Amino acid sequence: MAASNRTVLQFSSSKTLSGKVHPLVIFNICDSYVRRPDQAERVIGTLLGSVLPDGTVDIRNSYADLHNEIGDQVLLDIEYHQNMLLSHQKVNPKEVIVGWYSTGLGVTGGSALIHDFYSREVSNPIHLTVDTGFANGEGTIKAYVSNNLSLGDQQIAAQFQEIPLDLRMVEAERIGFDNLKSTYVDKIPSELEGMEASMTHLLALIDDTYKYVDDVVEGRVDPDNKIGKCISDAVGSLPKIPSSAFHKLVDDSLEDHLLMLYLSSITRTQLSLAEKLNTAAQIL
Amino acid sequence: MATTTTTRSFLQAVATEEVATPLRKVQMEGLVILKIIKHCKDHSPSLVTGQLLGLDVGQDLEVTNCFPFPMREEDEEIEADGANYQLEMMRCLREVNVDNNTVGWYQSTLLGSYQTAELIETFMNYQENIRRCVCIIYDPSRADQGVLALKALKLSDSFMELYRSNNFTGEKLRENNLSWVNIFEEIPIKVSNSSLISAFMTELEPETPVTQCDYDRLQLSSSSLMERNMEFLIECMDDLSVEQQKLQYHYRSLSRQQAQQQAWLQKRRSENATRRAAGEEPLPEEDPANPIFKPLPEPSRLESFLITNQISNYCTQINGVASQSFNKVHLMKALHEE
Repeated sequence: MAASNRTVLQFSSSKTLSGKVHPLVIFNICDSYVRRPDQAERVIGTLLGSVLPDGTVDIRNSYADLHNEIGDQVLLDIEYHQNMLLSHQKVNPKEVIVGWYSTGLGVTGGSALIHDFYSREVSNPIHLTVDTGFANGEGTIKAYVSNNLSLGDQQIAAQFQEIPLDLRMVEAERIGFDNLKSTYVDKIPSELEGMEASMTHLLALIDDTYKYVDDVVEGRVDPDNKIGKCISDAVGSLPKIPSSAFHKLVDDSLEDHLLMLYLSSITRTQLSLAEKLNTAAQIL
Repeated sequence: MATTTTTRSFLQAVATEEVATPLRKVQMEGLVILKIIKHCKDHSPSLVTGQLLGLDVGQDLEVTNCFPFPMREEDEEIEADGANYQLEMMRCLREVNVDNNTVGWYQSTLLGSYQTAELIETFMNYQENIRRCVCIIYDPSRADQGVLALKALKLSDSFMELYRSNNFTGEKLRENNLSWVNIFEEIPIKVSNSSLISAFMTELEPETPVTQCDYDRLQLSSSSLMERNMEFLIECMDDLSVEQQKLQYHYRSLSRQQAQQQAWLQKRRSENATRRAAGEEPLPEEDPANPIFKPLPEPSRLESFLITNQISNYCTQINGVASQSFNKVHLMKALHEE
């Protein structure tokens, strides 16, 4: 019996790819969406970043691209794209194109063409969609890679497969979400205010833990072994130093800091004295 | 009946000079802050600069976007490249409807040592073209302590006038009542975000009640920061003493010159007396050709002012870090006693 050549629908296996997005990218995308020209429904742009050694794609920066969508056709301003890329690479040559983004939910027909264009620039680009319209009642951010579905030798479609995305908000946390959440903050909190806020957080945490332990002891709440273990770990991580050594440590460090304060106050007094002497000297 | 507000003719409107409203606050977008932080952190410890774009509206200066400058090599050809880069970026950004208006620049600093003569020169350059410009200083080394060290600066007007006349002698400074405190003015910063961003951020905020920011702030080790501050402080004190020695040398040579002048004058007078007695023409009592009458230039106080500013900055920082550490140490003590 002749072996029949069966053409098989091949799914090219995708490597387990995942992406990491920095908050600046989201800010950039939202800002370019807010500034889009009136007739455009969505914004398209390039994602810059690097590929980490373990395979994850680190998306660190982005810029908007000029494009025009008329029905099914998509026109992309390639010269603008190249210019921006060159300019960005002058500042940070390590950031290369890793994909592109578009606002709006889901992947549309025009996206396949654009994805094609980007796959000519870099192998396996990532397509990031940021739903600025909040269609599902929440702002969904998804990332896709495309696989080409081929029947034998012919390509019939491109399948966009979602990949896991990690939103690294560490940098935004550093600034403080309060500053970034509200539309208007009167002033950036000073050091002391920031310290106060952190201490309040700590106090709230300790209060919560205390209440939980109380509840468990009184029998109001079922004890959860995992939480209990975490609490005992936390308490146990306090270093066990004998009391006298600890007091000495604390006193020493207090003395050092007092000394620093004293030195800096003396320096400032010296500065104002010196300045008076310098400018007050009269030449007879 | 005279009307209080009259419509002015075009000529009148053009003839009256616009008085620039003084800058009271700088309003930045969260996007700009993130961009600045990213750029400075990526390239630390080298110092980087970038351009601020925005709008100059009313009392506030709004900064809506920014772009970084590439690292400049000390090469003549790259100078033209830098200008090209700037033009190119501004042109491209305008096409995506970003405000195309330069309102200042930002730079990163290391532990607050930013008061240099170059900063003042850059300020003067910008001030010629832009009515109100601001300089944002960011210190990435303090981010480890959980502090957002962002400052907006501008030069005070009295200092700018003095700088233009390039005259920093003691008398001038006393006249204008200008001391080292009055060189830079710090402007408070407001943060604003578009509603879209705030919606996203509200949603993306992690559930944990404690953030990375808190971890950074509550850590106990501040000794490396203190050490570096002290090192810089000591270097600055050395510089300041060098400047003061220059001033002292100047005074000493000035008094020496005066003594010489007096001696010469005495000699002339006695000569003149003998001449008059002999019936001859008295010689003039001044002789501008004589080198001992040449006025000695007074050294400029600008350097010493700048150094003084830096020192005071370091002192303030040390104060801040020390007081934070006090709090933390007391916290540790309380924890241990339980």
